[in-house]
Amino acid sequence: MQYSEKVLDHFMHPRNMGEIENATASGTVGNPVCGDIMKMDLKIEDNVIVDAKFKTFGCGSAIASSSMATEMIIGKTTDEALDITNKAVAEALDGLPAVKMHCSVLAEQSIKKALNDYYTRQGLMTPERKAKLAFLEVCEHEDHENCTCAEQ
Amino acid sequence: MSITFEERLRESMSLPRVYFDHAATTQPRPEVIEIVAKALQDTYGNPSSFYEEGHRAVRLLEESRAEIAAGLKVLPEEVFFTSCGTESDNWAIKGTAYARQGKGRHLITTTIEHHAVLHSMEALEKQGFEVTYLDVDYTGLLDPEKVRAAIRPDTILVSVMMANNEIGTILPIREIGAICREKGVLFHSDAVQALGAIPVHPRDLNCDMMSFSGHKLYAPKGIGLMYKRKGLRIDRLIDGGAQERRQRGGTENAAFAAGFAKALQMSVADMEHESVRQAALRDRLIRGVIERIPHAKLNGHPTRRLPNNANFSFEFIEGESILLLLDSLGYACSSGSACTSASLDPSHVLLGIGMPAEIAHGSLRVTLGIDSTEEQVDRFLLDLPLIVERLRDMSPLYSDFKRGKLHPLIPEKGGTDIRIEGQYNLD
Repeated sequence: MQYSEKVLDHFMHPRNMGEIENATASGTVGNPVCGDIMKMDLKIEDNVIVDAKFKTFGCGSAIASSSMATEMIIGKTTDEALDITNKAVAEALDGLPAVKMHCSVLAEQSIKKALNDYYTRQGLMTPERKAKLAFLEVCEHEDHENCTCAEQ
Repeated sequence: MSITFEERLRESMSLPRVYFDHAATTQPRPEVIEIVAKALQDTYGNPSSFYEEGHRAVRLLEESRAEIAAGLKVLPEEVFFTSCGTESDNWAIKGTAYARQGKGRHLITTTIEHHAVLHSMEALEKQGFEVTYLDVDYTGLLDPEKVRAAIRPDTILVSVMMANNEIGTILPIREIGAICREKGVLFHSDAVQALGAIPVHPRDLNCDMMSFSGHKLYAPKGIGLMYKRKGLRIDRLIDGGAQERRQRGGTENAAFAAGFAKALQMSVADMEHESVRQAALRDRLIRGVIERIPHAKLNGHPTRRLPNNANFSFEFIEGESILLLLDSLGYACSSGSACTSASLDPSHVLLGIGMPAEIAHGSLRVTLGIDSTEEQVDRFLLDLPLIVERLRDMSPLYSDFKRGKLHPLIPEKGGTDIRIEGQYNLD
């Protein structure tokens, strides 16, 4: 198994790694038992993501996926960020090995979990937004067996 | 100002690479390569052929077998060449099961065996055999009395490895073998990691069968061995010609057999000196890691371990990331993390010694060899703390710990004999 140059670049030189003091919203997905946890902090002004920072416990592709995800959402509106898929994250990294696709899923989910936090806190949740966040109901990693990231 | 990872990354470009994964495979010794190359060139005949080229090949093969037998202190007719350690394990286990199923269909092994053993056992379970998987303790040791207690009237085979490939623990197989003898049950041991590193004499160890592999002791890949006690009949797995006294078909690889014999002879000759030298390096490495890196522990047994094996867990970080950063600084190592395998589960060995998954993910195996030096170990001790620190800075678990939201499972000062209790209590 070998990573693309881009994955290695983001792993070796992660962008936007860290935490945002007084973040507008944040979301953590994953589970230490599964071996990966991603935390995404967002600073949002007028529905635009002006800053994003991540912290990740996980393998090379998990770190690279979260780094790439922050680059993809900074400057986007929250609704645009809501539409970012794991596939887009993986493609931006010039692909991930098949067994590592779940890392991009976690990256997508960390964005969504933070946005869920934002919409809920700001009273901005709509049925359309809620529909796009439906996975949060099933993917709480209560146990390893039902870990949805495992299905990718 | 202390040195940074970025500085070491730049400096490492001009440094030679360091191979610290000798449990995965080894570079064949130059003397072995020479013998193998010469044999491939000059002794290419088929050992079964009835002319000079064939006779020469069969001579080389049988001389090699005799040399190996002398190294193992067994009879030449007890040594069988196979393609690898995995084949030997498959043959010993399945061959015994098929030959003895009239007597019983129960086998006993441990939870920390190599997959060659575990998956052979699972294959037998699918065919209606019953397998007992014995638990080991947190250091990887198995109480021989557990084997005695598990033996039933229908038990036909016990298989327990001599030394574990991941954590390096040396199991008490002589005592286990004695119990099997007493109970009249056959005993097989996978000694792939042990051969060449510590004395391995199947008879002294009360083994009926033992598996070995060439490439773990500086011989080429593609050759393995099985010791099988004289007179013991088990079923053949590789059907074909009458090679290996009709017990393993396939044209013999005389060149690699000669390479194996040379490698074993050199390892045995060097062993007294090398095992002490490598154990000293290993202990320097272990001491250095535990001293310099907080929340780090040695996995496996504190003292009863292979002279070349060190296996650590670092809390709050994941093993594959450690390997990638080590690779970038010039080191080849290995991890029991799930992310380095195709499955989502961390190493069955680390789980088998009772380690919680969240700690097993952060494991690192360093295995030394004849080419390892003190200089390499000291360079490693300079770099590893930078890598661990870098990954901890990225880890949300570490920030939680820093904020007092997470109670660490490995104490700050770490150690070589720590049993991890419990697991994370998040939120």
